[in-house]
Amino acid sequence: MKNGLLKPGDYFLRGNYAFVEGALLAGCRFFAGYPITPSNEISAMMARRLPQVGGAFIQFEDEIASVVAIIGAANGGVKSMTATSGPGFSLMQEAIGLAFMIETPIVIVDVQRGGPSTGLPTQVGQGDFIQANFGSHGDYETVVYLPNSPQEMFDMAIKAFNTAWRYRVPVIVLADQMIGQMIEKVSVPSHDEIELVEYEKPEIPPEEFLPFDLRYEVPPFVAAGDGYRIHLTGLAHDERGYPTTDHETYSKMLLRKLRKIWDNADEIVEWEERLTEDADLIVVSYGITSRSVYKAVSDAREKGLKVGIYRLKTAWPFPYKRLKELAMEGRNILVVEVNMGQAYRVARQYISHEGVYSMPWAPGRVPPPEAILKKIEEVYKA
Amino acid sequence: MSEAKLIRPSIDEIKALLRVERLPHIWCPSCGIGIVAKAYVEALLRSGIPPEKHVLVSGIGCSSRMPGYIKIDGYHVIHGRAIPFAVGLKTVRPELEVTVFAGDGDLSTIGGNHLIHAIRRNDDINVIMINNFTYGMTGGQYGGTTPEGSRTLTSPYGHIEGTFNVPLLVASIGAPYVARWTVLHYRQIVDTIVEMFKVDGFTFLEVISPCIIYTDMNRRDAISLMRMFKNQSEIDHTADLRNVGIERLDEETRFIVGKFVHRPSESYQTKYRKLVERVMKGGE
Repeated sequence: MKNGLLKPGDYFLRGNYAFVEGALLAGCRFFAGYPITPSNEISAMMARRLPQVGGAFIQFEDEIASVVAIIGAANGGVKSMTATSGPGFSLMQEAIGLAFMIETPIVIVDVQRGGPSTGLPTQVGQGDFIQANFGSHGDYETVVYLPNSPQEMFDMAIKAFNTAWRYRVPVIVLADQMIGQMIEKVSVPSHDEIELVEYEKPEIPPEEFLPFDLRYEVPPFVAAGDGYRIHLTGLAHDERGYPTTDHETYSKMLLRKLRKIWDNADEIVEWEERLTEDADLIVVSYGITSRSVYKAVSDAREKGLKVGIYRLKTAWPFPYKRLKELAMEGRNILVVEVNMGQAYRVARQYISHEGVYSMPWAPGRVPPPEAILKKIEEVYKA
Repeated sequence: MSEAKLIRPSIDEIKALLRVERLPHIWCPSCGIGIVAKAYVEALLRSGIPPEKHVLVSGIGCSSRMPGYIKIDGYHVIHGRAIPFAVGLKTVRPELEVTVFAGDGDLSTIGGNHLIHAIRRNDDINVIMINNFTYGMTGGQYGGTTPEGSRTLTSPYGHIEGTFNVPLLVASIGAPYVARWTVLHYRQIVDTIVEMFKVDGFTFLEVISPCIIYTDMNRRDAISLMRMFKNQSEIDHTADLRNVGIERLDEETRFIVGKFVHRPSESYQTKYRKLVERVMKGGE
């Protein structure tokens, strides 16, 4: 791979590299980041690849500068992203709130490692599930994807940029150390088949333009230098983008921004369902853990246990509707994840019967299929 | 408007660049920020670059409210992070003239790390730092530029920390353009900003500005403060920057001002564009 974009075909790619190639095909032309394990393959590859396609890469002094720089670059009308892991993701939280507030499309890939604190830099974790939508202060929404293979790292990179630019929100891809560093087959489709959401300068004359126009679900985006002479602020603001402390004005503005995601959740949510129809028990998982769950469920089926799979492909919005339906038809739910029950707590909120179980697992290892099978058998009896 | 004519812009020309519907502004009577805001507008008019191609970026604080009053693209971001926002934007839109306008707390204290690294990279942005020696927006706490001995909201028994000599700090890292004026030096501020627009690299202007509400300067009125800036400032373009630190604010203070550094420079962004050209041609 010298210059240009990755050509259609089948490749054997590391997850982190697959993400880079997907992002470049999606039109990402600016990357800012700070070194952190286990996401380093992304910044290293971006540093090599971006100049080859006419883009720009900057390694900043920290993760705060990195995320703020991509917000700045996105406001220049250029698709931009950063990559990080837990500690860096924590540092980015304040700026994620800014991106939501000024409706700037950005993409962050968080290759999760074990936490809290420095934790397990080289080993797997899934402990940022809640933080990805609740880490910044105030009420805001992000869209969060959960890849479980290098192929999905590629596909979700493209999807993340499309969602970010369609709804003008921060989009996060929550990968993990194993998905980021494993090498598998990745199929790249013909470039014409890849649907992209592109930024187009609006046709509204500048004197009529309101950057936060309440008449739109998603107001048109304008970039710096487009001649609209806009003012954007992280302060509570009115349609003109001017600061306000008027409660009614702010209430309307905040709700309009939240509704971009709330009202389109059915369009955004994604999940994978296998063997659920006749199942008595459904195992919920995501990311690398789902790979172990596939094996455990197939072993359980061989033993005659009616077990199904519900794999989350978005964390936020949480794909609860179908899960709730399956649960309320009388199926029990078991949530398996490499944390102490973050998605379990969310699932519990939506399911009003008692048959929702958690298999918590400390970071550093993925629960092996045998351990999951044991838990399935235990819960199945209950 | 060509610079050679040196015609002062009319009130109408300046008004056309203000969001007049947002006035009155939030700044206190006697505050100096508005003077620098006007100087920026005058410099913008003199720059020959259309207003649509100028961008302001600010952080949080009294000074950072300035872009909200200027009718060009402006981004009021989070505390201390105006510089990385500006760097990201400038890198992808090199044709824009990007200026950061913020206070001493925002730029030299919470944002200190970004300041030094943007200078080290030599990012092609202009930084105007209003130094009023305090956190005005939050009620007058001490910051990185507060003189030792000052009694502030958070140093009620006297400030015992050291003080940044910002021009020395900035110049020592290699900024190609460093200047300092007080708000009294209006003409010089305009000339300086016009010059900053022309430099390919990191330019820095510190403007010493009164905050009579929240600093030890509050023993004075606005007129006597301006008199202090007049009588106690000294223009010295070749000053030894080790001696320009402001460690007290009283009748003995010497405000050394001037254009301290102005040397040829090639910015990170220019170097990066060359790198991209080389790589796209197949080079390594």
